[in-house]
Amino acid sequence: MIKDYFKIPAKEIRRRKLRSWLTLIGIFIGIAAIVSLITLGQGLENAIEKQFSALGKDKLFILPKGGFFGMGSSELLTEDDLELVQGTSGVKIATGLTQGFAKSEFNDLVHYGFISGISTDPEERALVWDAQTYGMAEGRLLRKGDKFKTILGYEYSLPNLFDKRVELGDKILLHNKEFKVVGFLEKIGSPPDDQAAIIPLDAYEEVFDSNNELNFIIAQTKLAEDPFLVAEDIEEELRDDHRLDEGEEDFEIQTPEQFAETFGVILDIVQIVLIGIAGIALLVGGIGIMNTMFTAVLQRTKEIGIMKAIGARNSHILYLFLVESGLYGILGGLIGVTLGIGFAKLTEFAFVQAVGPAFLVITIDWVLIIGTLIFSFLIGVLSGIAPARRASKLNPVDSLRYE
Amino acid sequence: MKKTKYPLIELKEVWKTYYIGKVSLDVLKGVDLVINKGEFVVIVGPSGSGKSTMMNQVGVLDVPTSGTINLNGVDISTLTESDLAQLRGKTIGFVFQQFNLIPTLTALENVTLPTIFQNVPELERLGKAKELLQMVDLGDRMNHKPNELSGGQQQRVAIARALVNDPEIILADEPTGNLDSKSGQQVMDFLANLHTKEGKTIILVTHDLELVRYAQKVVYLKDGEVVKIKKNHRG
Repeated sequence: MIKDYFKIPAKEIRRRKLRSWLTLIGIFIGIAAIVSLITLGQGLENAIEKQFSALGKDKLFILPKGGFFGMGSSELLTEDDLELVQGTSGVKIATGLTQGFAKSEFNDLVHYGFISGISTDPEERALVWDAQTYGMAEGRLLRKGDKFKTILGYEYSLPNLFDKRVELGDKILLHNKEFKVVGFLEKIGSPPDDQAAIIPLDAYEEVFDSNNELNFIIAQTKLAEDPFLVAEDIEEELRDDHRLDEGEEDFEIQTPEQFAETFGVILDIVQIVLIGIAGIALLVGGIGIMNTMFTAVLQRTKEIGIMKAIGARNSHILYLFLVESGLYGILGGLIGVTLGIGFAKLTEFAFVQAVGPAFLVITIDWVLIIGTLIFSFLIGVLSGIAPARRASKLNPVDSLRYE
Repeated sequence: MKKTKYPLIELKEVWKTYYIGKVSLDVLKGVDLVINKGEFVVIVGPSGSGKSTMMNQVGVLDVPTSGTINLNGVDISTLTESDLAQLRGKTIGFVFQQFNLIPTLTALENVTLPTIFQNVPELERLGKAKELLQMVDLGDRMNHKPNELSGGQQQRVAIARALVNDPEIILADEPTGNLDSKSGQQVMDFLANLHTKEGKTIILVTHDLELVRYAQKVVYLKDGEVVKIKKNHRG
C-alpha cells in the first residue's frame, strides 16, 4: 500500500523532468553547502586538534593580551618577563621569540615576510623547534655564536620568491642587513611559515632595534608538574611584577589545548555563519518545492477530481502530494549529500597537494548523511503541506470539470 | 434483503442551486427518482436540462442544496466527505465521456487505482485488474499509457477501472460521446452485458435518444425537472 503512495508521485516527478530538476537544484545547493561545510569544519577541527596535540601538553605560551603571536597588541613582553618565567618553579625551560614583518631582498628582487628572532642556546632552540614543529630540510641549525646567519623557510628553496632559488651560503638582505643562509626548513604548509626567515635573537634586536621586547614566550613545564598549575604560578608572578590586579592582566598564558579550543571556537563561529547562509538557501529551495507543488495541484486538478470520483479520500490525495514533495526533498538531499561530500573530498585532495598528506582528513559521517537525508525529506514534506491540503480539499465535481 | 428494504438510490425532492455572484440558478428543481438494484436506467435530456448535475447527484459526487439522497438506504448528507468518497469508490463505477484516465499510469495501473483507495491487497487487485482488462479485450495493452491507446481502447480501460471494486452500480456519463460509432457500439455492448450477465445496475446519462433502447427505465429530464419516467421492455 505504502509502495503505491511512492510509485504514483515518482511517476509524476519523472513526467515533468525539467521542472523537477529546477526544483531539485533549489534544494541540493543548500544541502551540498551544509554537508560540505560541516564535513570540512569537522576535518579542520580534527586537524587543528592534531597539530596542537603534537606540540605536547607540557608547553605553555605566554602572549601579550589581545594578540596572537604579538600581532595587534600594544604592550609586548620583555626579557625581564622571560627571566621571571624561567625562574618560576615548575618551569623546566623557557625561551622568548620576537617576530616582525619585514623586507627581504635577493637577486635584486624584494619580498615581504615574517622574520623571527630565536635564541641560539641549544636547549632553548630545541624548545622552539619542538613548539613550532620545525624540521630541517637542508643545512645546519643556528648555534651559539651565530649572528648574521639565517635559516629560511621552505619557499626560499624554490625559485618562486626571487626568480631563482636561494642556495646554502648565499647572502640575503633581511631588513637591509646582510645575512648568510645556513639552512632551510622543511615544508610546513602555511605560506606565512614557509616564507619566514629565522635569525638569532641578538641579530634581531640589533637589526630591528627591538629593545629587548619579545612577542611571546614559550615555556616547558617539568615532567611531574601540572601545566595548568604552573601556568597559574607564572600568571601570579607576572601580575605582581607588572603591578596589576587579577583580571587586569596585560598578558595571557595558553596551553596547546587552549589554543586548539580558541581555534575551535573561531571555526565554530565561521561555520555557524556559513551554515546559516546555506540554511537560507535551503529555505529558498523549500519555497521552490512549494511553488512546484502549487503548480502541480493546479495542473492536476482534473486528475484529483478523477481520483476522488473513483474513491480517493481527502487523506489519500493529501498523502500523494506530501510524498511527492517529500520525494523532491529527499532526491535533492541525495544529490546534495553526494555533491557536498564530493566537494569536501576535493578540498581534502587540494590540501594534500598543497600541504602534504594527513593534515586535513575528511571522514564520512554516516549520522550526518542520514540526518541530512531525513532533514531534506522533512523540508520537502513541510513545503508540501499547504499545496497538498489545497489538493485534498478540492471539490470533485468542480475538479472533474476543470480543463 | 437489501433489495426489498430500500431502493439502491433514492432522490427525494432534490434541489441543486448554483450561485453566480448574487444571481441564483436552480439547476435541479425538486427531483424525485428511485433506482432499484439491477435496473438499466437511462437519464436523457437536451443540453442544459441538468443532466450533468443529475449525474453528480446520483453518483454522490456532490450533495444537494436541499432534499435527500439515499444510497443503499444511507442518507449521504450524514457522511463526511471522505466517507462518501470511500462509499462511492466501493459502490459506484464511473465511466466518463472524456475517459478520465490518469495519463502517467499504464492501463493496468489505471485499472488498479480504485482498489488502492479501498486498501485491497496487491496480489488480489493485480489479478482482478488483469482479468478485467482481458475481458475488455485489452490483455495485450496492459502496459500502455492512455496516450498510446485509441479512444475506444481508453474507454474500455475506463470500464475495467469502473468494475475493479466490483461495484453494484455503473454510472456512465455520455460514454459513447467521444467515440466513433463502432467503438461506441462496443462500449454499449459491454455495458449491456454487465447488466444482463452480471446483474449490475447501469445508469446512463446521455442526450442521445438512440441509447434509450438499452434502458428498462428512461428518465426524461428537462429544465431541471423529471418530466417523464418510462418503463421499457427490451427485446
